[in-house]
Order: sequence, then structure tokens, then C-alpha cells
Amino acid sequence: MAVCIAVIAKENYPLYIRSVPTENELKFHYTVHTSLDVVDEKISAMGKALVDQRELYLGLLYPTEDYKVYGYVTNSKVKFVMVVDSSNTALRDNEIRSMFRKLHNSYTDIMCNPFYNPGDRIHSRAFDTMVNSMMMQVC
Amino acid sequence: MEQGPAGASGPAAAAAGAGGLLLPLSETEQQRYSELFSRCCPPPEAAAGGSSVGELFRASQLPPDTLHQWKNNPQITEVCGAKRMGYFGPAQFYIALKLIAAAQSGFPVRIESIKNELPLPRFMALKNDTEVRYGTPAEFHGVKFQVPHATLEKNSYKRTDEGDKQEPKSPPMSPICSPPASPSTYQRIPLSYGYGKARSGLEQQHGAPYEVRHSTHQQDGPSSGNYGAKSALACSTPNRSLSVEREQQDSSTQYPDDPWRITEEQRDYYINQFRSLQPDLNAFISGSVAKNFFTKSKLPIPELSHIWELSDVDCDGALTLAEFCAAFHLVVARKNGYQLPETLPETLLPEYLQAACLKPMRDCALFDSYSEPLPSSQQTRDLGRTEKSSAEEVPDNSALIQEGKKDDKQALKVSTTLKTIPKEFQHLTVKAAAQEPNALRARPRSRSYSSTSIEDAMKKGEEPPTPPPRPQKSHSRASSLDLNKIFQQNTQAVRSGWLPPPPPALPPRPSVSQEVVLAQPPSKPARRKLRTEGQGLETPELSPTINVTSSLPAVKPHLPVQKQSSKQKRAIQTAIRKNKEANAVLARLNSELQQQLKEVHKERIALETQLEQLRPVTVL
Repeated sequence: MAVCIAVIAKENYPLYIRSVPTENELKFHYTVHTSLDVVDEKISAMGKALVDQRELYLGLLYPTEDYKVYGYVTNSKVKFVMVVDSSNTALRDNEIRSMFRKLHNSYTDIMCNPFYNPGDRIHSRAFDTMVNSMMMQVC
Repeated sequence: MEQGPAGASGPAAAAAGAGGLLLPLSETEQQRYSELFSRCCPPPEAAAGGSSVGELFRASQLPPDTLHQWKNNPQITEVCGAKRMGYFGPAQFYIALKLIAAAQSGFPVRIESIKNELPLPRFMALKNDTEVRYGTPAEFHGVKFQVPHATLEKNSYKRTDEGDKQEPKSPPMSPICSPPASPSTYQRIPLSYGYGKARSGLEQQHGAPYEVRHSTHQQDGPSSGNYGAKSALACSTPNRSLSVEREQQDSSTQYPDDPWRITEEQRDYYINQFRSLQPDLNAFISGSVAKNFFTKSKLPIPELSHIWELSDVDCDGALTLAEFCAAFHLVVARKNGYQLPETLPETLLPEYLQAACLKPMRDCALFDSYSEPLPSSQQTRDLGRTEKSSAEEVPDNSALIQEGKKDDKQALKVSTTLKTIPKEFQHLTVKAAAQEPNALRARPRSRSYSSTSIEDAMKKGEEPPTPPPRPQKSHSRASSLDLNKIFQQNTQAVRSGWLPPPPPALPPRPSVSQEVVLAQPPSKPARRKLRTEGQGLETPELSPTINVTSSLPAVKPHLPVQKQSSKQKRAIQTAIRKNKEANAVLARLNSELQQQLKEVHKERIALETQLEQLRPVTVL
């Protein structure tokens, strides 16, 4: 279960950020922002290789004492950043991948919506529902 | 009402805090208020949106006889502190509801009023919670309806809700049906036009008591008038019709217990609108087209986005007919003030709509496609209508053409019928060549008699050609008759656009070619012309078909005469020819698609090169 999920646009501005509300959200925003550097670093490292599913998932960007940050980039350079609580039972890599896949699917569904202009903030309720399902349930 | 413990409720306490006074709420009041609040601001939002709250307030019908609606609402808004805060928090909302109750009871809108014991504030729908929706939809007449209209409508809603929940739905429908040609600017028309229509519609639908109610309530007139205007507009222009129709239709949908159920009139309207965007009822409406269309409804983009999310079940960026109906229905509902659901209601699911859509497809039979006996029969009915003219020709032709080529004509007839129902017939004829004779046999008879022959023809076309003499004869007839229909169909398809329906375009070709194949040598040259023209199905086709169709009645006497063996042979030969023609057509289509694929590849390569050029810039 994630603590914070963010969708970053190609130009590195956020399209969607959702955090577990009880936490200090600003901290998560800052974490996501700093993780973008790591994402870009990984993207440039990939070079111009063919982007396949494996490379879409960037894996653990960097761990801190409290949480871990995972990254995922789409073909159109839209980044998904997920912050997971370290104290949580270690989520397996496959689970993280599946969560990113769900995020990606929901994101493409949003793109299919003709009323959504790429680059706008995401206000989709379906997307919210899906993200909520992946967030930690905080009492 | 019992006086609950003062300040017991949280909101009450909050209200007290906000308003600086204790707001005692009885238990019933608390329940009601929390209900209304949750309706106005579905969780998890903490604040009620101004629009939804405004709706509710308007639904409360504060002194309509004296002050203008709006004059009261601002007071309430100010008093409860919402204006200061900018939104309706629970406290403000509860205070506002209390003030509304006070105002409805005749007390001045002041803080002190709410301290009194007051009945629950009355909103349009009194009986059920859902009724509140009915009230609020009344307000949302889409376009520029002023508050008086809204209140009037609310009143009508109120009456209807109190009375016949089921019946009220019908009246709006009648206005919809009646003024298809009404002028466009419903803003000018609404009251007078709608009033008359609403009245008539209502009277038609409801019994005496309802009429009395309406007659006694002047307000009902304008509100229903709105509906009438709406319906009229809907027919006239998509823009206006969207708002009007939506409202009207929504009003109709409100009355039944399930506001998300689409009525027949609504469905027909939706289908017509779909057709205006996309003639082929089985094709998709692309996202951009749908976006332009729904943007005309003047709903805010986020709401339209949500409606799209709800209705585009397969998330492919395009709307099928069922999805379009669902989306349109949601727009109508939203226009009338219904809150959009979080998930698509059952009655709006595409599967459900498709099951129900088969019936209305009768009218769309020409555009309906494939392989389903029901739609085909429906189509046949429509085709039967179009076939009337051709049927008339048949008797004349039959008199002219004699023997010999009757089999061929029957074959042509079959092929033409195939054209009219391109997809179905093509499949059916290809699959069941043996059944054709039977079908064709029926066709000649029916055609000679009435326009409904198409139905029979279509059904028979599906059947394999059993009696040898029949099939060919019917083919000839069918071809001639079908060509007429196909011509009409194709012209419409051509109007809609060439590229979008290439698949529909295909079927006519095979059928035409089939016609040619089926025809015996004498008629072959003429039919080949038809084939070359493909979808054009221009007059040249018609003329040969006319000649060919001729002897429907003549075929009958000949059928029994011919030997079965020869008939069978011919049937098989015709089937083979049909298949060959179909193959040829498919090959043509394949080449065309290959062309398109190449072009798309080129575009993709161009885009990729651009991406490559841009990439080093962004990765920094």
C-alpha cells in the first residue's frame, strides 16, 4: 500500500498527487520532487534503447529510513512516482509493478477521454478511486 | 418536533461555533439535514458545492408569491456565513436549511428564527429523498432559465411528485414528440410554447386530478413549457435540442423510480442524434466528435469528463450507440440537476442498452447490420418501406419479362436484397446458399403483394436456395428491388463520409457483384456495370435491376416448372460466383487498407524522427 502516489508530466510538473492525508503532505511532495532527479537520471541512462515494459518500470529510486520511492515512466515521458512506507511489510517488486501497471492503465483510460487535455491536472473520479484503492488505509 | 438536546449534534455545535449561537436540531432535523448535506456534497468532500446547494435552496421555493427566489437565497447564504467562508460547510449548510425552514414557515430570515422549532424545510420532493432530486432538476433547465421558471418547474415537479410519480414522466415525453419542428431559440419560446405543449402533453398523459393540479398551478405551465420548448429545440438544432431535450427527457426520466432508465422516446431521440453524427449505427463516434457535441450542452468540462468516464465503458475513446445513449442520458440528467452517479447505473450499461436498443433500431434498420435475425427482420420492415416503390415496379416488370431469365432475375433480386441488408445478407448468402431459393421464393410473392416483401426477402435471402428455379428468379427480382434500397443506403453512407464506413461500404459491393454473378449471361453486362460502380449504386444499377426485377409474379408460375436438378446446379453456381465476387471485393478492400497502413507508417516514422530530435532536449 502506497503512502503517496504522484503523476508527473513530461515537463516535470505534477498532474496528480495524492497522499495519505494524515501525514505531512508537504514532505511527500518534496520527496516526489526530489525523486524526479533520480528518474531523469535513470531515463538518460537508458539512452535510446527500445522502451519495453521492463524499462518502463524504473524500480526503487532510492530508499530512505522511513519510506521507499519507486518510479515508472511511460512512453510519453509521463512519470509515476510512488512512495511506500518502509515499515510496511516489504512489498514485493511484482506488487509494485502491478500497481504501476494499474496506474498506467487508468492513466491511458483518462487519456482516452476526449474532454481531458493532456497536460491538465487529473480530476477523474475513476482514477481517484483506483488510487484510493492502492493507498494505505489510514484509520 | 421534539427538541433534541441542544447543540447535541456535531454540526449543530459547529453551526453554533460558526454562527456564534446554539443551533438546536431535533433528531429528525439532524437526519434530514445530514441527508441533504450528503446529497449536496457527496463524500469525501467536506464542503457542499455552491451549485448543488443553490439547487437545493431553489428547490425550497422560498416565498415565490412575494419575493423573487434569489432575493431570499442570498440572505440565507449570508446569514449562515457561507458567503464569508466561500463554501457550504456542514455548519453553514445546516444553518441554511434551518433558515429555509424558517422562511418557508413565514419567519424572517434571521439568526433568531432558527432558534424556533421549525418544521423540516420543504424542498420540491417531499416524499422521498429522491424527490429532492426531482426538485433540483426542475431548476436545471440547462440554458438560461431564470429562477422563476425554475421555481415554476419545481412546483410542477412537486405536484407531480406528490401525485403521480409514474405518470409525470410521460407528459414531458409527449412534448418531446410533438414539437419536432419547433423553432430553435427556445429561450424566447419557452413559456408560451412550452406551456401549451406541456399542457397538452400533460393532459394527454395524466388523468383528471393531474390536470386539475396543473391547471391550478400556473407555474406548472411554464415549467412544462420549458420541457416543450426543450423538446422542440432538441429536434431542431443539436445545441438547443441538447439542452431542451435533455431537460425534457430528463424530466421524463425523473418520474419513474429509476431516473437512469431511458424511455423509448429518449432512446429514439438519442439514436437520431447519433445518426446525425454518425450515420452508421454500428460504428463509433470518435472522441473529438463526441466532445464537440457534448460541449454544446454547456455543461462544465469536468462534468462532461466524468460523464465520458461513466459512459465509455470499454475506454476506447469512442462511443458506440449504447455508450452514446448512456452519455446523452447522463447529460440530460445532469442538465436537470441530477447529481452524476459515481458508477454507471445498471440501466445505462451498454449491454442493457443494446438489448433494449434492438427494438428502436427498427427505424435504423437501414443502418443496422449484421447477422442478427431480429435486426434483419426489423430492417426488412424498413426496407419494405423503401421497397414500396420498387414493389410497384415489380408488377410492371413482371409483366414485361417472361420466362428464360426469371431465374436470373430472382438471383439478382436476392443479390439486391443482400445489398439492402449488406452485411447480413452477404454473410447469410455466402453461408447458406442453399437457402436462397426458399428465401427468394418468398420474396417474389411478398414483393408482388406489398412492401413488406422486403422482410420476407431478407429472411429468405438468409436461407439457402433450396428450390432451384426459385432462387434465380428471386435473385433477379431481389436485385432490382434491393438496388433501390441499396442505392438509398449507399447515398446516405456516402453522405456521411467515405472513410469512416468502409466496412459498410464493402457489403454493397459483394452484393452487387453477387447480383452480377447470379445473373445469367444476358443480364450480366448490366450487372457488371453495377458491380464496378460498387457503392455508388447509381441509377444505371437501378435500370437493369428494374428490368431484372420485373417478373416477380412471373417467377412463381415458372418455379414449379423448372427441374430441381438444374435449379440446384444453378444455385451452386450462383453461390460459387457470389463467393468469388466477395473475394474480389475483399481483396480490393485489403489493398485499400494496405495503402492506409503504409500512410500511417509514414506518419509514424515522421513522428518518431521528431521525437528523436526532441528527446535529447528534455532528458537534460
